[in-house]
Amino acid sequence: MSERKLFAHELEARLDELLLLSLRQRSAAEPAALLEALPRQLQERVLHWAGVAAQTSDDLGWLIASRAAEQAASLGAQLDDWARAGLDAYDRSGLAATRRALNDYAAAHRAGAFESQEGVAFGAIEGRLSRFLHALEGRPLKLAGGPRAWTDSETLWLPERLDAAPDAAGNRRLYKAIAALLWAQTRFGTFNVDPEPELAQWPAPEAALRWFALFEAMRLEACLARELPGLAADIAGLRGPWPAQLASSAAALAQAAASAADSLACLAELRRVGAGDPPNFPHVGALDPLAARRVRAVRIARDTATLRQALNLLRAVDPSAGGEDHPDYPPLAAEGQTQQLDPQAEFLALPPPARAAARSLQQDLGEIPPEVLQAAGPGAWQPVDGIDSAAAPGVTTQPDAFYDEWDYRRAAWRHGWCHLYEMRAPVGDHAWVDEVRTRHAHLIRSIRRRFEALRGEDKPQRRQFDGEEIDLDAQVEARADRKSGGEPSPRLFIHRRRVERSLSVMFMVDMSGSTKGWVNDAERESLVLLCEAIEALGDSYAIYGFSGWTRTHCDIYPVKRFSDRYDAATRSRIAGIEARDYTRMGVAVRHLCGLLARQNTRHKLLVTLSDGRPDDYGDEYRGRYGIEDTRRALLEAREKGIRSYCVTIDRHGADYLPQLYGPAHYAVIDDAQKLPQKIAEIYRKLTG
Amino acid sequence: MNPARNPAPRALATPLVHLDSEPYYHATGDELAVFAAAAQSRLPVMLKGPTGCGKTRFVEHMAWRLKRPLVTVACHDDLTTADLVGRYLIVGDETVWMDGPLTAAVRAGAICYLDEIVEARKDTTVVIHPLTDSRRALPVEKRGEYIEAPPDFMLVISYNPGYQSVLKEMKPSTRQRFVALDFDYPEAATEARIVAHEGGVDDETARRLVKLGGLTRKLKGAGLDEGAGTRLLVHAAQLIANGMNPAIACTAAIARPLADETDTRDALDDLIRAVF
Ligand SMILES: Nc1ncnc2c1ncn2[C@@H]1O[C@H](COP(=O)(O)OP(=O)(O)O)[C@@H](O)[C@H]1O
Ligand SMILES: [Mg+2]
Repeated sequence: MSERKLFAHELEARLDELLLLSLRQRSAAEPAALLEALPRQLQERVLHWAGVAAQTSDDLGWLIASRAAEQAASLGAQLDDWARAGLDAYDRSGLAATRRALNDYAAAHRAGAFESQEGVAFGAIEGRLSRFLHALEGRPLKLAGGPRAWTDSETLWLPERLDAAPDAAGNRRLYKAIAALLWAQTRFGTFNVDPEPELAQWPAPEAALRWFALFEAMRLEACLARELPGLAADIAGLRGPWPAQLASSAAALAQAAASAADSLACLAELRRVGAGDPPNFPHVGALDPLAARRVRAVRIARDTATLRQALNLLRAVDPSAGGEDHPDYPPLAAEGQTQQLDPQAEFLALPPPARAAARSLQQDLGEIPPEVLQAAGPGAWQPVDGIDSAAAPGVTTQPDAFYDEWDYRRAAWRHGWCHLYEMRAPVGDHAWVDEVRTRHAHLIRSIRRRFEALRGEDKPQRRQFDGEEIDLDAQVEARADRKSGGEPSPRLFIHRRRVERSLSVMFMVDMSGSTKGWVNDAERESLVLLCEAIEALGDSYAIYGFSGWTRTHCDIYPVKRFSDRYDAATRSRIAGIEARDYTRMGVAVRHLCGLLARQNTRHKLLVTLSDGRPDDYGDEYRGRYGIEDTRRALLEAREKGIRSYCVTIDRHGADYLPQLYGPAHYAVIDDAQKLPQKIAEIYRKLTG
Repeated sequence: MNPARNPAPRALATPLVHLDSEPYYHATGDELAVFAAAAQSRLPVMLKGPTGCGKTRFVEHMAWRLKRPLVTVACHDDLTTADLVGRYLIVGDETVWMDGPLTAAVRAGAICYLDEIVEARKDTTVVIHPLTDSRRALPVEKRGEYIEAPPDFMLVISYNPGYQSVLKEMKPSTRQRFVALDFDYPEAATEARIVAHEGGVDDETARRLVKLGGLTRKLKGAGLDEGAGTRLLVHAAQLIANGMNPAIACTAAIARPLADETDTRDALDDLIRAVF
């Protein structure tokens, strides 16, 4: 994003487009005029929230846009919280409430009400909580801040700030309790029942939903008590005793056999006896079963497809095709056995992504449905022989190189399969790099210091002809030699010499379309920091981007060749790295390792920066094929004496990375924004 | 065999450990059989695996089984060839030769265990090469001596593949001289039995410690370089057995040794509180 402020007419046009104002005969001229004075970043935040709000309702979009225009200047960085508060109010009680909430927030902001010492901000606890959740069992969850606490079974949202407890420690515990119970919803089957039929029978379904959330919290706390008793005790202490009239429900739901259906039964019972609003417990997050079940249904379909496809492959492929050189894959089942496969043994034979899908299905459904395990009928997997006919558009010149690709189904190479083009790396905004260097000046300075220490690590060289210190061992030996009539060695000194690192590093940067936005920004920022750091170290390094569109159009973008210096031109090419097409990884690894192998340093290292697994247009490269080919390419690299290390911005990455890179050679970063902070440390560990 | 009139100072001599009672070791695969067969065939053995998963204990156990003395060397980056092979010392006005641990082990027909071999300097690892092939011999250049290893001598090295530094990889030319055994954290029930036995805690405490260990291992690559090994769990158990509050014991014995970074430390504390 450039720093240039948008002019009023530009703002007006964008608001128009977002809110479809011209159709509704409203004019954005007034808000646009107000927004013109703001810095670009704030302008973009306002446009962002107007767009988000407009997806819910046009009126809401207009309300947010027009109010934001008036208040953005004074809200500053609090604009996001302000907008979230407004959207939250809309979800709960409609447009009028939104207006009130926005005004209240702005008033409170002016009164400086957000300075309280006791409250805890989500940002302050996010790192700790996300690690905590990561360690817990089950499918990984993404953590994000939002207007309220809830989960759709893949992302877990927590409020931007908690103030309910009297002190900061209490608020931190509250965050943990809320997060743990939401995690438990996904782990212990809250979304395995459909509450809609029951909710529909209530006069106030919204209250019913909150009752349901409360009953589930009772049940889930007991589930936690069985696996993580300390955590459950913490939660119990936080909430105090349940109200007397709910004690019997709490006891019933604490039974080991209780399921979400029992919580629904409690709800139905409550409807019969009649109930008002549920008591408010700050540790109980909200439930949105509709949204969560939608996400769950998509996931089940995806996992089923993954698992089916893997099982079909397992049953169809020749047994000799897997085996020996795939240590991660136990031998595949022989043909003819397909009828009576022991499901347990069969799972172990699955590639890791399919095993992850199986575990995920088990978590969602309690078991893997038998029909998934049945031999596939029509619609079964069939070998796809590439997409030859679909020659990629825009290819006019001859490729720079052809590469073989590994087809694991055939256990054979496809010769000259990939067409590689070395493209000219696009040039970006040089000012962006300057901005990054200024913004991270402090970090850069500290990284440089640490790296210089690494470089300057003097290793004593013993037994030298001369040096700064006497080598006592050598002296003693010389003396012993003289005594025993031998000729003493004249090498009697210790010399401190800088150790030659002799290392070349290739950075291979994912420029696929999925990196658009934060990930791309993070990649570029990280590269700037890396360059600054490595310059201090003196290692030789290169940076290449890769992307592409089918096997006939694999593109490589030289951002910095080994021979290039880290100068203004290189910096603008870093700024110019952009999200493009797909991720056919194997061919890029082969090409770049070819370049790396030509460096005559003792150690060679390939570092990939990407946001996920290999993938390309058309189904062929997606899934196991791409993983196997990439893995093969990395094995070849290893044979050439090149070590590889993968930095992945993807929480789900851990599923397949061990298989690609071997158990030790990767790091997963769950949040793109953390990449720049982490990358230098990773590099230091990797080469220290 | 005595190289000089004066004996070398006692305190500096390599200790040959003779194990008289059985070191407790819970086998997790066929490692006992493989190791015994390698010993029989006079092949060197490499133990691969994360730290604290029982490699050292296993070697001690095997030394006891095979009734051979054991010499253990913890390798570090300043370990020189002389540290392994031996050097001249001055005693009074005399020079005295002093066998290093490797030489001592070769002479005694012991098992020599080089722990964390990648930590040693590159030029140091070269001296073991002649011991690892059909020569089975140790040239002691300074003394012009060439010691042929007796049949009972056995070389064992350990190696943690979790090291992430490219500069610390073991070269294939070294690796391929060894029979390799993979070590990993034992599965939960087994590990709980080990922790209960070694730490002297009840089964329930051991089970929770193992649960905690499992949770920390999920943080590998996401805040931790490596999760808690069995050793850390045993340490925590020992503190608990001595009457310390379990949460405090786990913080001191598990969380603090694992992590410095604040978020990760806090998350580990949270996990400890969750389990206990
Ligand atoms: N299989 C096992 N049997 C018995 N004790 C074990 C086993 N695995 C680990 N331990 C315990 O863990 C501790 C650490 O193991 P150790 O052998 O020192 O690990 P390593 O050498 O792999 O770093 C041992 O002292 C022992 O208490
Ligand atoms: Mg050890």
